[in-house]
Amino acid sequence: MTKVYVSSVIGAPADRIWDSVRDFNALPDWVPAVAESRIEGGQPADQIGCVRAFRLQDGGFLREKLLALSDYDFTVTYAILESPMGVENYVATLRLAPITDGNKTFAEWTAEFDCDPAAENDLVSTIGTNVFQAAFDNLKRRFGG
Amino acid sequence: MVRISRSTVIDAPIGAVWEVLRDFNGHDRWHPAVRKSLLEDGRKTDQVGCVRNFDLESGDNIRERLLSLDDRTHSFRYTIVDADVPLLDYVSEVVLKPVTDGNKTFWRWTSSFRTPPGQEKHLEKLVAEGVYEAGFAAVRDRVVREKSGGFSQAPVQGEIKGQGIGIARYGDASELTVMPVTAPLPGRGEIRLRQTAIGVNFIDVYCRTGYFKLLTPPGVLGMEAVGTVVDVGPDVSHLRSGQRVGYACPPAGSYATVRTMDAALVVPLPEWLDDETAAAGLLKGITAEFLLHRVHAVQPGETVLVFAPAGGVGRMLCQWANRLGATVIGATSTPEKARIAQANGARHVILPGKKSLEDQVRDLTGGKGADVIYDAVGRDTFDHSVAALSTCGHLVSFGQASGDIGPRDIGALASRSATLSRPNYGDYTDTPDKVKASTDRLFDAIRRGIITVEIGQRFKLSDAASAHRALESRETTASTVLIPDEQWRDTV
Repeated sequence: MTKVYVSSVIGAPADRIWDSVRDFNALPDWVPAVAESRIEGGQPADQIGCVRAFRLQDGGFLREKLLALSDYDFTVTYAILESPMGVENYVATLRLAPITDGNKTFAEWTAEFDCDPAAENDLVSTIGTNVFQAAFDNLKRRFGG
Repeated sequence: MVRISRSTVIDAPIGAVWEVLRDFNGHDRWHPAVRKSLLEDGRKTDQVGCVRNFDLESGDNIRERLLSLDDRTHSFRYTIVDADVPLLDYVSEVVLKPVTDGNKTFWRWTSSFRTPPGQEKHLEKLVAEGVYEAGFAAVRDRVVREKSGGFSQAPVQGEIKGQGIGIARYGDASELTVMPVTAPLPGRGEIRLRQTAIGVNFIDVYCRTGYFKLLTPPGVLGMEAVGTVVDVGPDVSHLRSGQRVGYACPPAGSYATVRTMDAALVVPLPEWLDDETAAAGLLKGITAEFLLHRVHAVQPGETVLVFAPAGGVGRMLCQWANRLGATVIGATSTPEKARIAQANGARHVILPGKKSLEDQVRDLTGGKGADVIYDAVGRDTFDHSVAALSTCGHLVSFGQASGDIGPRDIGALASRSATLSRPNYGDYTDTPDKVKASTDRLFDAIRRGIITVEIGQRFKLSDAASAHRALESRETTASTVLIPDEQWRDTV
């Protein structure tokens, strides 16, 4: 099992950041790598079990299923159903936590998956840096660091 | 039920913050509201279930039990057992998480509790601000100050030149000479430190004479020193520049003002432990620690025989074994040393007399013999030690001050199902985990006064030859330290 962990501090209260990231269909709004997204079967984006189908800027196509969503804990957990990355058993969680001292947000994004050992380093760097960190950097540009 | 959650970000790596927080009983060293804290029942600070009993600056007393501690998730939970402050069913959790895009630390401190009616607001404010937020500020001050202190402001480029004391060939103390040393930029897994105090041990004499082939001339002597980290190489996560550190291990090279070395064997020093005491006590203390806890785990009620009980390691063995609940017998040569042994916890002392050592031990133990014998004398005492063991006794032969033990017949061990150990310092200190476990226990014992580190004499580093002559002629008492000449001028 390979694990990726990226965390950051974003300069706005957690409930404001949560408004931006809880929408399971909103990746194109805040994850730079994603070009377009839709929810399959016309389901609401906060219905547990719904599937988002989205296309990356580089043309890659993914389908991800919403496994858990908590407005109380500010967490969203999802699994990859289909992707060009060569990962299996991929489950990721995005979590926000208030930083009470300064009214900012601690954001962490974790992914666990199985993959070909030869591809592991590349995958860790692609997911950790190009997707998770790039998304956090984008939020920091919008809300402050 | 009142629920409190406070969180902050500290501008320091998670290891540095966790080092401060995981010491459950250490909060009196950093939290401004805590005056004095003690662990009950002789438990360890990282022993789940231990109770810290502490007084606040306000005069109130609180007892708290550690419910869980997790080095992997950098978290612990604790509960109030009883308190002068009416916090009922109080359970609190501290969690640290790394901020990966800035090498900082997120710290969340939460709790839930009940209060008598009408006191919710007042007690919520007291805990949230007086305890949690005040704690954030204190730890921030502390770790950020450490980070920016010492030599860390300007990274040093290239090598640092200094002075060392070494030998060009094996021989007596007159072979010790000043030689230039250079400390290169630390490589992967290395640190570079400026040394402030250097411990002198008998093993240094063996290295100098060539009895132990731990040093091939020409080279710098010494196994033990304390100093401040100048810079750290790649892949070193437990140390940082500006930090006070110490080590006690091969390879030789500690008789120097600067050194670049393997970081794995270097430990951070607790704030309350001064440099000279650490330099005087690390090697002897680690030795006592592994002899009493790992080579043989001394149990309450056991009879422990210690040779050379007035020496550096011997004193610590007597003090510590006594506190572990053992009956300590010291075997020494003069009434003066006997008095020292007794002052350090030996209940009985054996002196050379008409009766043999083994007969004297049997007289003191109702014929039973000693359960464990710590013998660093070697050749002259080995057979007497075997004869003085109890059934299933354990002879720990860890030195040879009287000379090589030579070949021995182990048949004598069978007559009482005895165990023989020949522990080697290096094997108990060759990984960071071993060094950390050992020094954690040692620092705790020093802090609680279980063992004391005495400095008998100080010498200038350039005068190391005098230190060796004093050691070899048995003129020294307790520990000997060397102080770099530059610092000597400042302190003397």
